[in-house]
Amino acid sequence: MPSSDTMSEVPTPEDPQGAPMDKTAADGALPHGSTPGIRFEKVVKRFGDNIVLRELNFTVAPGERVTLIGPSGSGKTTILRLLMTLEKLDDGVIWIGDRPLWHMPRGDGLAPANEKHLHEMRKQVGMVFQQFNLFPNMNVLRNLIEGPVRVLGLSKDEAVERARELLDMVGLVDKIDAHPTQLSGGQQQRVAIARALAMQPKVLLLDEVTSALDPELVVGVQDLLRDIARASDLTLLCVTHEMHFAKDISDRVLMFDKGQIVEEGPPEQIFGEPTEQRTRDFLQAILAT
Amino acid sequence: MSEIINSPLLWKGAVVTLQLTLYSAVLALILAFFFGLLGSSRHGWARAIGRFYVEFFRGLPALVLMFWFFYSLPLVGIRFETMVAGVLALGLNYGAYGAEVVRGSINAVPTAQYEATVALNMLPRQRMWRVLLPQAVPLMLPPFGNLLIELLKATAIVSLITISDLMFRAQQLRASTGKGTEVFLVVLVMYFVMAQILQLLIRYLERRSERILGRRPRRRAATAIAGTTGTGSLSGVGGEGS
Repeated sequence: MPSSDTMSEVPTPEDPQGAPMDKTAADGALPHGSTPGIRFEKVVKRFGDNIVLRELNFTVAPGERVTLIGPSGSGKTTILRLLMTLEKLDDGVIWIGDRPLWHMPRGDGLAPANEKHLHEMRKQVGMVFQQFNLFPNMNVLRNLIEGPVRVLGLSKDEAVERARELLDMVGLVDKIDAHPTQLSGGQQQRVAIARALAMQPKVLLLDEVTSALDPELVVGVQDLLRDIARASDLTLLCVTHEMHFAKDISDRVLMFDKGQIVEEGPPEQIFGEPTEQRTRDFLQAILAT
Repeated sequence: MSEIINSPLLWKGAVVTLQLTLYSAVLALILAFFFGLLGSSRHGWARAIGRFYVEFFRGLPALVLMFWFFYSLPLVGIRFETMVAGVLALGLNYGAYGAEVVRGSINAVPTAQYEATVALNMLPRQRMWRVLLPQAVPLMLPPFGNLLIELLKATAIVSLITISDLMFRAQQLRASTGKGTEVFLVVLVMYFVMAQILQLLIRYLERRSERILGRRPRRRAATAIAGTTGTGSLSGVGGEGS
């Protein structure tokens, strides 16, 4: 097993083999601009006595698309939740770009972040959830404009126009006045993706976004996400059990077990010729189902 | 019997009872939201205040509280009108129950909704007022309905501090006619009818709020099933659908 120290200096392609940027019709709706990388430095997360992440180190380059795989309880989702500030960090430092997420510079060292700092940092991060988590007290349009108007301070007209563009991109313009409960799971997840993008994040976190969908709806959502990934320069962190999707969307795959990275590499390598026994076992188990 | 039903005393009393219920309910509602929101705050000190209010006023019988406002406070120079003393006692008491309903309902909104508000970078205030509270209110309505009817019935105690509510008038009428059984039978029915009216009001609000949350099979399903099962079981049937 590679020592965790080498993880932080993994060379990551700035623009790996000229990532294809096929311009889709709705390209304008996607976030562009300087994208930050992510760095985990000796990150520790515990739930009670259970240590989920033990001194985890890894780096994601700006604009890189990374998939986290591994058995349940290996800490993949916890990584996304730490980045979205849904879980508190116990130890270590998480960097987004050149700023620590959970800390504020004080003197020479770092002090725990306050709510204002977190609010500032969260502007860069967006997340799509397994269960969509649309707001049932709002229709589709309001789900999409609530954040941009209230948080980003866009005018309502601007926000509505962007919402239309995004809905057009995810193919649901006709559902703009619908209620989340009137939509299928796949449609809800498309709206949730649009809602996350409406906040113009630089880093997008995808937490098992197709796990709750009926099988026939999975491919559509995956295709959408692949198109978005290719057409934008978002830094992407994706937790999934769909290995095809992982292969499709990522520049690099990290295999986790017990809160540590067991193996990492480009998808062809991890899925084609994994070197670690643990990875082989895991992939075999996944493919057997 | 007809002299009892036609007696203006009971009708006047009923109006006072409804007034008392209304004023106390409004006060209780304001207190319930204020202290319920404090109780679900992120800040420990705010939660402590919410907790204290609930424990203190929930633990006191409304009757004792009312006597205290009416008989004890005047001894230190603070005097209330009887109506104010009654409304204060009932409002503070039922506000404490209501605050627990508010707090519990906010807690009952799925965590996933809270997480979505964080992911959209909403401020704590926006999370509460834009997302959590609008989803919590429909959850509050059934228990609020219970409390409202309990409150209506609890207003009968104000007759003990000489407020001329329905119960007070009933006593008067019994004294003047000597027909205790009939008087209290009529009063019983009057309380029951008033409770049913409040119940209908709450049902209406429940249906409205469910439509706002997009759970709306009610309208059609309700009329379809109404013929066979009666209205009593509808709240359970309609609420399930999505």
